[in-house]
Amino acid sequence: MLRWTRAARLFRRAERAVEPSRLSFADVVGESLAGITQRPARSVLTSVGTVLGVGTFVAVLGLTATASSQIDSRFNSLMATEVSVEDVSRERTEFVQPAFPPDAGRRVEALNGVRDAGVYWTVQLPAREAVRAAPVQAADGGGRIQVVAASPGVLEAARPSVAQGRLFDDWHDASGQRVAVLGAATAARLGITTLETRPAVFLGDEAFSVVGIIDDVQREPELLLSVVVPPKASLDIWGPPRGSAKMLVATDLGAANQVASEIPLALDPAHPDHFEAVPPPDPRSLRTEVTNDLDDLFLLLAGVCLVIGAVGIANTTLVSVMERTGEIGLRRTLGARGRHISVQFLCESSVLGTLGGLVGSALGVLGVVVVALLRDWTPVVHPLTVTSAPGVGLVTGLLAGFYPAWRASRVQPVEALRR
Amino acid sequence: MSGHQPPPVVELRGVGLTYPGPPPVEALRPCELTVRRGDFVTVTGPSGAGKSTFLNLVGLLDTQTCGTYLLDGLDTGALGDVDRTALRGRRIGFVFQSFHLLNYRTAVENVALALVYRKMKRVRRVASAREALARVGLEHRMDALPSTLSGGERQRVAIARALVGEPSLLLCDEPTGNLDTATASSILSLLDELNGAGLTLVVITHDAAVARRGGRTLEIRDGRMTEQAVTC
Repeated sequence: MLRWTRAARLFRRAERAVEPSRLSFADVVGESLAGITQRPARSVLTSVGTVLGVGTFVAVLGLTATASSQIDSRFNSLMATEVSVEDVSRERTEFVQPAFPPDAGRRVEALNGVRDAGVYWTVQLPAREAVRAAPVQAADGGGRIQVVAASPGVLEAARPSVAQGRLFDDWHDASGQRVAVLGAATAARLGITTLETRPAVFLGDEAFSVVGIIDDVQREPELLLSVVVPPKASLDIWGPPRGSAKMLVATDLGAANQVASEIPLALDPAHPDHFEAVPPPDPRSLRTEVTNDLDDLFLLLAGVCLVIGAVGIANTTLVSVMERTGEIGLRRTLGARGRHISVQFLCESSVLGTLGGLVGSALGVLGVVVVALLRDWTPVVHPLTVTSAPGVGLVTGLLAGFYPAWRASRVQPVEALRR
Repeated sequence: MSGHQPPPVVELRGVGLTYPGPPPVEALRPCELTVRRGDFVTVTGPSGAGKSTFLNLVGLLDTQTCGTYLLDGLDTGALGDVDRTALRGRRIGFVFQSFHLLNYRTAVENVALALVYRKMKRVRRVASAREALARVGLEHRMDALPSTLSGGERQRVAIARALVGEPSLLLCDEPTGNLDTATASSILSLLDELNGAGLTLVVITHDAAVARRGGRTLEIRDGRMTEQAVTC
């Protein structure tokens, strides 16, 4: 038995007469880095192509993301926090009363995430009544001025900037005060330039004191062209709206969709189907429309840069293989196999490509930041873009290294040592 | 021959190399040679006579077209490329006329390079390299770059690199070809010393003075190898 195992061991030893050569991963990396740092200037120039390619790649993707996120943020600041509620009760049942309860604004404002809410509608003045600045003066030719009954919550939600005076508030509404807020353009048409004189407007024959003039709103721009009165006074004089009322709700950022789903129940738990709350569109669906044909062109350009970079690396690595023929021959006499040589050169070109990719992605990100700063944008670069960029460099270097590495492995030691 | 004696380092049985034609060139005619442990063999002959072919065959850089070559008793003809490469790396140390040192690496790094293709930790490789450099008398130039070394010192580094792997055979190709006479003689003294310590040496040279240093001298002329009379 013992003799048998000894025979087996001898047989194995005969099978592998000598322990085969090997090259550990650490040594591959060490030898490659030594090869690269031998000629630092050349190595830097070699990776310039990859730097440009990867840099363009990152910059194009980053700028696209930045530009589209700017559109998103413009969208966010206004639209994403706006919910409008329609009264659709008449579509459901023909004989139903207007569905908004009198305390609609308070009910909705009680919801979490709601900042301001209110009901508004266009007041239909009787046919021969017009808006005037004095009891006898007719409005000048430009057509009728619209009268809007809007609760104080609507004025707040519209985010107006007040040029003179103030907005009316819940007290004015609740006590049926006859007050009005004018858009600046409407005030000018009516000849009202200052509130010092305590002016009034006449809606039909009803006098309303002008308490404020607004010169801009961020939502509901038609308010600027209207005379805005409190709902209570409007109901007292002209009765319930003939058209359907609407509701304007301003929410916190991100709350709009949740709030929109809650509003119908809050308004009328018995008939939530009488209301249709319209949430803002999903920004993600907008973003896909923002892609630009130019981006494809730039990405193509980045691809061309990468190819040029790869050719550059291939060329330099090939030159370096020729130059280092003696070294290759020496390594072969020291026990290196062909594959050890090719792995070393492959590793060198990959490291060059990766370095180019790292520098390129840094420059690309820097470019995006600079452009964003110049344009006053928020720079946005997808993490995947930055993390994959060195990988792109590595693959470029690896592909570029195949041919030189193959050539290196074919170098005959006899030829190499003759030099 | 008793079984207790170790096999000869090099045993050529009818080994020859013919480059296929047309016309076929007989670079080395079939020859017989036995190099025993501790031998100092010099090979001379005019250029183009087949010295390089002999070196390539013995150094496993080329494969014979006829005959059997046993290195340390192993039939090299039966080995695959992987084993031949490993055998070359482990059993043969090469010393070249043009040194073949890597210019950007220090003496220690150049010597340690010989052990890269083995299963050996870096620290141990460097330690062995320092030992080998000390053996060739370069304790004081361990971390010098080849560009700052003299020709003789460079060849000593190259010898240390060949020695560090503890080969069975040191194969030198014109080791003094690029050196002046004084330096050459110091290198030859070093080789003598190493041989005295039991190292097997095969030195290829066209310099008759160098050839005389060997215990045995072979002459190759027109591809035919003859052994000259033993001088010592």
